[in-house]
Amino acid sequence: MSPRLAKALVNGLLIGVAAVALFPLLWMLSVSFMAPGAASTLPPPLLPRHASWGNYRELFVHAGMGRYLLNSLLVAGTITVLSLACNLLAGYAFAKLRFAGRERLFQALLGALVIPAQVAMLPLFLLLKHMGLVNSYAGVVVPALATVFGIFLVRQYARGIPDELLEAARIDGAGEWRIFVQIVLPLLKPIVVTLAIFTFLAAWNDFMWPLIVLTGQEHYTLPIGLASLAREHSQDSELMMAGSVVTVLPVLLLFLSLQRYYLEGLLLGSVKG
Amino acid sequence: MNPQRTAWLFLAPALVVLGVFFLLPVLAALVLSLTDYDLYALADIRNLRFVALGNYRELLQRPLFWSALGHTLYFVAVGVPLSMGASLGAAMLLNSPLARCKPFFRTALFAPVVTTVVATAVIWRYLFNTKYGMANYLLGLLDVHPVDWLGDPHWAMPTIIAFAAWKNFGYNMIIFLAGLQAIPPDLYEAARIDGASPWRQFVHITLPMLKPTMLMVGILTVSGYFQLFAEPYVMTEGGPLQSTVSVLYLMYDEGFKWWNLGSASAVAFLLFLIMFAVTVLMLKLSRRGDET
Repeated sequence: MSPRLAKALVNGLLIGVAAVALFPLLWMLSVSFMAPGAASTLPPPLLPRHASWGNYRELFVHAGMGRYLLNSLLVAGTITVLSLACNLLAGYAFAKLRFAGRERLFQALLGALVIPAQVAMLPLFLLLKHMGLVNSYAGVVVPALATVFGIFLVRQYARGIPDELLEAARIDGAGEWRIFVQIVLPLLKPIVVTLAIFTFLAAWNDFMWPLIVLTGQEHYTLPIGLASLAREHSQDSELMMAGSVVTVLPVLLLFLSLQRYYLEGLLLGSVKG
Repeated sequence: MNPQRTAWLFLAPALVVLGVFFLLPVLAALVLSLTDYDLYALADIRNLRFVALGNYRELLQRPLFWSALGHTLYFVAVGVPLSMGASLGAAMLLNSPLARCKPFFRTALFAPVVTTVVATAVIWRYLFNTKYGMANYLLGLLDVHPVDWLGDPHWAMPTIIAFAAWKNFGYNMIIFLAGLQAIPPDLYEAARIDGASPWRQFVHITLPMLKPTMLMVGILTVSGYFQLFAEPYVMTEGGPLQSTVSVLYLMYDEGFKWWNLGSASAVAFLLFLIMFAVTVLMLKLSRRGDET
């Protein structure tokens, strides 16, 4: 094969795959601006004839989408901030602080990764019901406050901090808390950003657990709200596409603006050791 | 302060959360699966009875459990190779020295991964709409009769598989891409001098060098695909004719629709055991492959 042909083939295939990956997302955006019923015609229209914000207005004024959006921001934001705190403290302790049984405890945590989260869901529901947390934001937030994956990621990264640095600070009389806040945290900044995006995206996109624990509409996050709308309005394609845009756009933009951190974290998290 | 105490103070918040909201419920699930916990027990705990392995025995005799397991295995057996194949193909394209605009293509191919399953499932439901969907319109141009993608028991699962592959392939693509970049270029250089065709280079250099990555990616992808739930929940509600009811879908219905929490816990544990067995099998097979 001639080099020019090979080059055309590789780039042609890439364009094809990119088109398949992006077409559904771009079409979603386009259909979301169409008038009700306009998308249910043949041939399927690619662009709206008269673009309008009508579907979005309908979603936010009548379908409660604004509430779902705020709920999602609140839940995902709280989970991100609080679980970062827990995972950073624990990951640093596993990497740099000495205590009896450190390695064994860490191995046990990694071992727990083979248990699918759904096994815990039924008793967890009963536990939260007992605590009065079913159908509350806390019901979604509290179980997500620490993750083995997050602890693992922080530990991997924190192991790179030189011990001499910490020892020097201890000799200068700095307390462990001060060392953590003033020396360790600034060094961990890249992994903090990475873990923050991962956590936020996972919390935003999470479906099964919020579906179980949030029983009332007023607490629905976007995915739950959208799924329930999709069951009521299965024929209103234009409205549903607008709902999908509202759900997907925030995370897509977040990813686009911080993708370097996200992809690095993905690779760091996939290297076991 | 004594260093041991500091360490435990730092660990405490995370360990308490994991212990109370994960490990404890997992152990409780095992106990729960041995009881007949249902709506009556939910109302008054005194109605609870210990049934030993009764739930498991009943489940193994229920056709719906076996069909749910069958659908899940179908999804895993077809979906995992399809999505990993797509990931590897895309990674090789991106790794090719001939490819241009690599950062753009990488971002474009990865974009579906970060989207919300529910939202993209809604999009696919529209794309594969029998009457007005783009898929049938394009097939119509080729004179193919419209297919009732999500309404025909034979087509519903393949459509869900195609959706899952589209949604997920970008994730493993990034991992494969890193694996490909770690292969020393001299290996290909030497093979080219020996006159090896691109196909032989792929079989004798790329695949063996990627094997550890493949195994890890394979295990993670298989366990992810076993947890099929949101896709059928949004796209088909388990239908048509229950052809897309997965094991987790059964657990959800059993537990949170009918409130048979004991029986639902048994479903969850059986799924866990099956996933564990498959993982061990994959590790064993890969080790045997190393020896030969």
